[in-house]
Amino acid sequence: MSELKGIYALWYRETKVFLRERSRVISSIINPLLWLLIIGGGLGSAVSFEGADVMSFIFPGVLIQTALFSSVFFGVYIVWDKKVDFMKEVLVAPMRRTSIFVGKILGGSTDTLLQVLILFVIGFIFMIGGIMPGLQLTPFSILVSLAFLLVVTVGLVSVGLVLGSQMESPEGFQLIISFLVFPLFFLSGALFPITNLPAWLAPFIFVNPVTYAVDGIRGVLLGISRFPLLFDFALVCLFAFIMILIGTYAFKKMKL
Amino acid sequence: MHIIETKNLTKKFEKMTAVDNLNLQINEGEIFGLLGPNGAGKTTTLLMLVTLKPPTSGTAMINGFDIVKQPDKVRKSIGIVFQDPSSDEILTGYENLKLHGWLYDMPDDLREERIKEVLELVELTDRKNDRVKKYSGGMRRRLELARGLMHHPKILFLDEPTLGLDPQSREHIWKYIENLAKEKNMTIIITTHYMDEADKLCDRLAIIDKGKIVVLDSPKQLKKDLGGDIIRLKAKALDVEALKNLPYVKNISPCDGEVCLTLENANTHLQEILKLVGKVDSVEIRSPTLDDVFLHYTGRAMREGTPEGSWAEKMMNASEKK
Repeated sequence: MSELKGIYALWYRETKVFLRERSRVISSIINPLLWLLIIGGGLGSAVSFEGADVMSFIFPGVLIQTALFSSVFFGVYIVWDKKVDFMKEVLVAPMRRTSIFVGKILGGSTDTLLQVLILFVIGFIFMIGGIMPGLQLTPFSILVSLAFLLVVTVGLVSVGLVLGSQMESPEGFQLIISFLVFPLFFLSGALFPITNLPAWLAPFIFVNPVTYAVDGIRGVLLGISRFPLLFDFALVCLFAFIMILIGTYAFKKMKL
Repeated sequence: MHIIETKNLTKKFEKMTAVDNLNLQINEGEIFGLLGPNGAGKTTTLLMLVTLKPPTSGTAMINGFDIVKQPDKVRKSIGIVFQDPSSDEILTGYENLKLHGWLYDMPDDLREERIKEVLELVELTDRKNDRVKKYSGGMRRRLELARGLMHHPKILFLDEPTLGLDPQSREHIWKYIENLAKEKNMTIIITTHYMDEADKLCDRLAIIDKGKIVVLDSPKQLKKDLGGDIIRLKAKALDVEALKNLPYVKNISPCDGEVCLTLENANTHLQEILKLVGKVDSVEIRSPTLDDVFLHYTGRAMREGTPEGSWAEKMMNASEKK
C-alpha cells in the first residue's frame, strides 16, 4: 500500500509539473512541427518515399523524435533533481528504490504520451486538410502506434534514468545529446526509408532499437514497413524490458 | 542501547578524508549538535547517516539498523531537513507537504492536521497555495523545515535548520524542536554554525574539525572546562611573557588581535594583571561562551556565514544574479 501511494505521489508530481510548465509543452510541440513542415515540405517538393509523400512518411519519425528527446531528457534530469530538487526528498523517504524508478517511468511516459497525443491531433488535421495524404489515421492505427510509443518511451526513459542516476554533475549532458540522442534519432530511419541502405550503414540502423518502433508505427500508419508488425513490437518490448532491468539495478546503486 | 552509534565511520574523497573514523553514541530523546567550521565533515556525516552517501569504511547503527546493510529500514525511522533546497518549486507549498505525507504513508486526516500545524508554525498558512517559485529564500527554508517536521520521525536530522532566518522565526522553530524532543521523545541531530543555537538547544554537542571529534560534552560542561572567566585585553604593546608567570592564569590566547586570558575569579585578579601589562586601551571580563570553547579547541574563530556550497548551489547563485 505504502509503495503504491509513493508511486502515485511521484506520478502526480511529474504530471502536475508538466502541465504547469506551458513553455515546455509548447516547445516540445513546436520542434517536431518544424521538422515535419520544413524537412517534410522541403524534401517533399522534390521526392517521394516508397510511394508516400515525405511529410506523411516522416510523421512516424517525428512522433518518435518527440518521444526520444523528451524521455531521455526527462531521465537525465534527475542528475539535477537529486542535487537541488525534489529527488533528494524522495530518496530518503521510506520507499523502495524500485518503486521510485517505477514512479519516475510512469511520470515520464505520461509527459511524453501527452505530447505525442497533441501531435496526433495535428496529424489528423493535416490528413483531413490533404497536406499529408499518405497517412491512414484510424482508431486502430492510432491505438497500435500509441502502444509502440508507450513501450519505446518506457525503454527510453529508463535509458535516461540509468545515465542520470550514475552521473554526478550535469556536465555530461551535451555528450549525451551528441553521442546518444542524435545518433538514435538519425539512425532510426525516422527521416528516410530503410529498404535499400548502403552496406556500411545498415548494421548501425539495425542495432538501433528505435528503428523497430519507427518501422512498426510506419507500418500501421502508412502501410510501409520493412519487418512484420509483431516482430517490430517484440523487439521494442525486449528493449524496454532490458532497460527496466538495468534501470532497477542502477537505481539501487544510485549515489547522491 | 544508543539510538545512533557510529563505528569508525569514514568517508574519503579523492584527495581528502572528510570524515575520519568517527565514533559517536547518541541517546534516545536527546538533541545532539554537530559543530564545526566549513568543510569539517558535518554534512557528509549526516548524508551518510541518512543513507544517501555510502561510507568508505565503517558503518553506523540507527534505531538498531545498519546504514550500509539495511538502508530501507533506516529510512523508515528518520526524517531530514536538508541544507540545499529539496522542494519542488513548480508546486505550491501545500502540494509539497501533501506529497511528503504520501511518500511517508501518513493517513489522510493525520496528514491534513499536521500540514495545518506545521504551516502555522512556520507562518506560511496564508501563502500555502502559492507556488514555491514565488517564495523568498527564507520562506523556502521555512517550508523545508515544516516538511521535515511533519511526519514526526523517531530520529530527525537537521542540517543548518535556521540558516538565514530572522531571529523571531528561529525562536519559534527552536521551541518547536525542543517540544518534539521532550514530548515525543524524538532524537534530534542538528548541525549548525550558530553558537547561540547550539548553546540553547543541544543537550550535548560534538565539535568536529577535519573529520574528527575534537571534543564532546554538554554546552554547560564545555564552557566550565575552559576554567572560570575570560579577560580580554586590548593594548598597543602587551607584556605577554609576564602574564605567563602568573599561576592562576590557565590559558593565554590571541583573539582577533587582542589577548584573551582564561582564569578563575577574574574579578579579584584583575588589579594584578593590569599592573603587570601596563597601559591598556580596554578591558572586558566575561563568562566563556561556546565561541570561546570553539576557539580554544580548534584555534579558529567560528565565522557565521554561508556554509560550504556544492556545485549546485553555486550554479543557482550564479543564475540568481543574472
